[in-house]
Amino acid sequence: MTDDRLVIAGREFKSRLWVGTGKYKDFVETQKAIEASGADVVTVAVRRVNITDRSKDNLLDYIDPKKYTILPNTAGCYTVEDAVRYSRLARAAGVSDLVKLEVLGDERTLFPDTAGLIEAAKILIKEGFIVLPYTNDDPIVAKKLVDIGCPAVMPLAAPIGSGLGIRNPYNLKIIMETVKVPIIVDAGVGTASDAALAMEYGADAVLMNTAIAGAQDPLAMAEAMKYGVHAGRLAYKAGRIPRKLYATASSPIEGML
Amino acid sequence: MQDAIHIHVNGQARTWRSGATVADLLQDLDIRTERVAVELNLEILDQAAFGQRQLKNGDRVEILGFIGGGAAAKAKAKD
Repeated sequence: MTDDRLVIAGREFKSRLWVGTGKYKDFVETQKAIEASGADVVTVAVRRVNITDRSKDNLLDYIDPKKYTILPNTAGCYTVEDAVRYSRLARAAGVSDLVKLEVLGDERTLFPDTAGLIEAAKILIKEGFIVLPYTNDDPIVAKKLVDIGCPAVMPLAAPIGSGLGIRNPYNLKIIMETVKVPIIVDAGVGTASDAALAMEYGADAVLMNTAIAGAQDPLAMAEAMKYGVHAGRLAYKAGRIPRKLYATASSPIEGML
Repeated sequence: MQDAIHIHVNGQARTWRSGATVADLLQDLDIRTERVAVELNLEILDQAAFGQRQLKNGDRVEILGFIGGGAAAKAKAKD
């Protein structure tokens, strides 16, 4: 698997598990969980710096941008204007021109506003951003995003933080057949088998946050996710046997008494 | 005593010394300039410009950095 690198917009990634950095107890736990997951891409959010209490540590003191690819997101943005503004701020902060673009449609489901997503992606791509869009499991939208220049698409498995696993594997498969760019299943996985399934279906990577950070033992779950993604990827490449209704003996008849 | 200016920093009303630059403000607030973004009256500044841009009365400054977040941040951005 050492040569099995994921390449997006000319950048190589070792790990097919990408992780978020929200919801952890503290930065030390965040750092340990990322390490246990083996991820080399970590997502971060852009927010106001606390100007009244400067005793608070900086996340990037714990996650070395030289060691990890920092992927800023536009989480919490519900309009094209906000998503574009936060993307520009993330780039101005000097980490990279990558952005995990989220334009949310609704606070209850956190489903993407796909019309807004396409509009924001167009603006940002024109400005030279590498846009990785968090999108619905909709093949038509995925194709539109690729057509306008997104080098990968990130369809959800289920609503963010829901832990429901892959709700529509058939749509994901159609997306994989429709677009020729890497597919990163983003959001909704609950446990290691969900991640393995996503990879077995042919996803190129899985991005998750809550499933690890919210587990009773986040470090153990981070490790479980690493193996889940790895096992799923190996199984996908190995090629599973077809499903059959009846048994096929695996021991020969010949030589029986 | 130099003239004072009234500005807003991250939504909070602050009084600052006149003639201060964005870099001075960050230094006074004990914020390292690397990996922060500054928006001055809705204009995003290049980090290289922090030392040149002087603050003036009524300016609205936003200082942003990276925090933990993933596929999970639910907070809605509010001004």
